[in-house]
Amino acid sequence: MPATPQTLDALKARFGELPTSEFRGDTRVVVGKERLLELMGFLKSAGFDLLVDVTCVDYLNYRGATDRFGLVYLLANTITSERLTVRCYVNESGLRVPSLVPLWSGANWLEREVYDMFGVAFDGHPDLRRILLPEEFTAFPLRKDYPLQGRGERHNFPVLLRSQA
Amino acid sequence: MAVELPDNVVVTKLDELASWCRKNSLWPMPFATACCGIELMATGASRHDLARFGAEVMRFSPRQCDLMIVAGRVVMKMLPVLQRIWQQMHEPKWCISMGACASTGGVFDTYCVVQGIDRFIPVDMYVPGCPPRPEQLIQSIIDLQDMIQREGTISGQEFETSERNRPKRALLELPMYGEFRNPQSAISH
Repeated sequence: MPATPQTLDALKARFGELPTSEFRGDTRVVVGKERLLELMGFLKSAGFDLLVDVTCVDYLNYRGATDRFGLVYLLANTITSERLTVRCYVNESGLRVPSLVPLWSGANWLEREVYDMFGVAFDGHPDLRRILLPEEFTAFPLRKDYPLQGRGERHNFPVLLRSQA
Repeated sequence: MAVELPDNVVVTKLDELASWCRKNSLWPMPFATACCGIELMATGASRHDLARFGAEVMRFSPRQCDLMIVAGRVVMKMLPVLQRIWQQMHEPKWCISMGACASTGGVFDTYCVVQGIDRFIPVDMYVPGCPPRPEQLIQSIIDLQDMIQREGTISGQEFETSERNRPKRALLELPMYGEFRNPQSAISH
């Protein structure tokens, strides 16, 4: 269910005019990273109690895109089943956004995954380490400028011969 | 000098006797990381019944096994685990690379999937298929038994020949679309 007009009116009263759109029953709000934490705190107190997912899109070479990365926060209100998508655009010059772990503990691993795959740093995250890839991995593989077959990381291992084992 | 032997006495070489014992009591270590593992389970279960070939005792401790069956794709985070388990197994030991992913990486030609485990550990048998039928795995075990009977020794000397020590495949990266990568840089990266 898309966000109700009451929710959007409350957002408008608090944060002014934010770019808002609706597509096939999903409402989307775009916010700058300076006001992201404030807006999320407001939405949580307004009833959006579930952070469904945190993910990211790399818009490198994307037609008409002005920013490099777009963070996606999917929120849900479990009482009214209202849903809201919050978008936040960041660029390579300032790849830091506030962490949402103070609001939703479930953001912990979701933000670690975004950091692992895209290299977006989350300020205030209690444990910002790689979650899927090995610790010694240096690249961020879901970025569009990373080659699909990697840079040789997958074959950077010692070879065991019959006599060594 | 002829020796009279009773009918119930068989004379053989100790080597062949040891090989015969080994080949008929393989203890597989199931390194099942993906869907090939399901076929591996089916192979061990009653319908296909790996017990007919003396290899039904799957142990999850590498210390008790002498046949590693790598069933499924191995990612770069899993490869050090695979190598450690291989090193923990006692000689004599053998390895079956089961399925397209373990042998070549299969369709997963991505940054994190190892393109064939034979780049990093010695492999004795490859089973094609995605996933292979249990019959194919059983056939590979039969072939492996033939191999063990042919070349096994009680002194373990066969593991020191240059043929067995050679890596099965050169450490060549496959060409990427549009550019060739220097194999040396892939290794030293």
